Amino acid sequence: MTGRTIMTADEIRRAIVRISHELVEKQAGTGGLVLVGIQRRGVPLARRLADAVEEHEGVRLAVGALDITFYRDDLSLVAAQPIVKGTDLPFDLNGATVVLVDDVLYTGRTIRAAMDALVDFGRPQAIRLAVLVDRGHRELPIRADHVGKNVPTSREEVVRVHLLEIDGADDVAIERRVEAPLAGAVG
Amino acid sequence: MSLELEPERQTTPDAASVSPDRASREQGDIEPAVPDPDRPPPAGSWRHRHLLDVDALSWADISLVLRTTDAMHEVLRRPIAKVPALRGTNVTILFYEASTRTRVSFEVAAKNLSADVVNIAAASSSVSKGESLVDTIRTIEALGARMLVMRHATSGAPYLAAEHFSGHVLNGGDGWHAHPTQALLDLYTMREALGGRAGDSGPGGRPADRFLAGRKVVILGDILHSRVARSNLWTLTAAGADLWVCGPTTLLRGFDGWARRGVGGSSDRRFTVTSDVDAALRDADVVMALRIQRERMEGGLLPSLREYAARFGLTRERLASARPDAIVMHPGPMNEGVEIAPDVASGSHSVITDQVTNGVAVRMALLYLLAGSAGGSSGPAGSTASSSHD
Repeated sequence: MTGRTIMTADEIRRAIVRISHELVEKQAGTGGLVLVGIQRRGVPLARRLADAVEEHEGVRLAVGALDITFYRDDLSLVAAQPIVKGTDLPFDLNGATVVLVDDVLYTGRTIRAAMDALVDFGRPQAIRLAVLVDRGHRELPIRADHVGKNVPTSREEVVRVHLLEIDGADDVAIERRVEAPLAGAVG
Repeated sequence: MSLELEPERQTTPDAASVSPDRASREQGDIEPAVPDPDRPPPAGSWRHRHLLDVDALSWADISLVLRTTDAMHEVLRRPIAKVPALRGTNVTILFYEASTRTRVSFEVAAKNLSADVVNIAAASSSVSKGESLVDTIRTIEALGARMLVMRHATSGAPYLAAEHFSGHVLNGGDGWHAHPTQALLDLYTMREALGGRAGDSGPGGRPADRFLAGRKVVILGDILHSRVARSNLWTLTAAGADLWVCGPTTLLRGFDGWARRGVGGSSDRRFTVTSDVDAALRDADVVMALRIQRERMEGGLLPSLREYAARFGLTRERLASARPDAIVMHPGPMNEGVEIAPDVASGSHSVITDQVTNGVAVRMALLYLLAGSAGGSSGPAGSTASSSHD
């Protein structure tokens, strides 16, 4: 498996700073904004966004973590149950503008599951989506409001995001899948 | 509950365990659920099709159940305590013995996961017309059951059911033999109550996950007839507890030899058997009282309930010799005034109602984990899928 780096640590940092400005601009301030990272790599990304917003606005946005495992649409298809990482939303979602944060946007099924999960906790004023990488190939009518980098990919490729907090280093790489392409993958 | 933001001990550290996980990972989105027979299951994943007893579970399996229960606890605290994880799954609850607590707990657990629940009380079913257990199992399966929760007065009955059922069987208690979900909820309750306490660990500390190491746990009462005690022996010794089993000698028959050999024949899993209540309770961290099972008492095992209460009942005076922060447990239903005094059952040491709540969370975790293991329509045995969304 050969990997090609498509984002360096520095590019990841700049993308997060840019998105942090976009978030505030779109909201015309920080009022009502909360960040919800999708387990696992969306969670450190959400914290970094909160750090960046704090740097230029002097306001600390609340950060939560969302585990979408129980809302997956393919639970009956997997042979071993995914390990649950845990949900922690320490704020009231009613009336809030929730920014969902994830590392890669692909089919859109994770985001569908995340929205289903969120509305069980309350009625947000709005739900927005920020992702580090949008690799295309949507299977649902979902788009991101804030994108770190758009990367054209083929379905035979795999996008790997590594973050310091989890993987010990920051970078995004693209790799060719080793095995033969999967016909009719659920993705 | 804690969020796992650091690399997980279970799944990440060394390259050998990372590679199969990584290779199958489709980052950033839900992965295609295509099993690959060439890959081992990801570390920390669940491999059991049935839950018949805790003796089949490794410590890693038990830890996974406890961690998954943490997640279910969080679900129970939500404004809408319901997630769609088992939507469309038929969970049939077949109880051949009277039960309210366990049956309702399973029912609530299954409903919290959005499963479809079918309740069968054997007394009002064809069983009373002479249908055999195997025929009943086949009928239930033909009616669409994918998970079967079963209680039976005969030890081993769920094992027979598992041989004739293509889905998953959960043992809700069989005879004197096993009550695995009770043992796991008891263990979870102890972890919740004691796990956070400052440990009296030696230099270097005890292994963090064997959280009962150095803790004295006493099971007091009718040990002989207790499936709860038998299953608890496995989990409590696995968790490293200094385990004491206490009751009248007539209700401890056969346990001496087991205690000497150690649970599972393992010398580091021995326990202590005694009829000396005061020795058992001294400096105990956990006291679990068991019900005197009047319906299972053959003549002569006990002189009278009154004498039992006087000599072995868990009273405030006896409890005073346990540690000041000891917890009191009881699997229910209680005979207050026999094995446990009413003021102890509802006193400040009691975590009996926590046991009930934890029972729902533990059963949710087990239903969830079993539903994903091979069996039923969920894929070929031994196959694997990637570990999770990440």
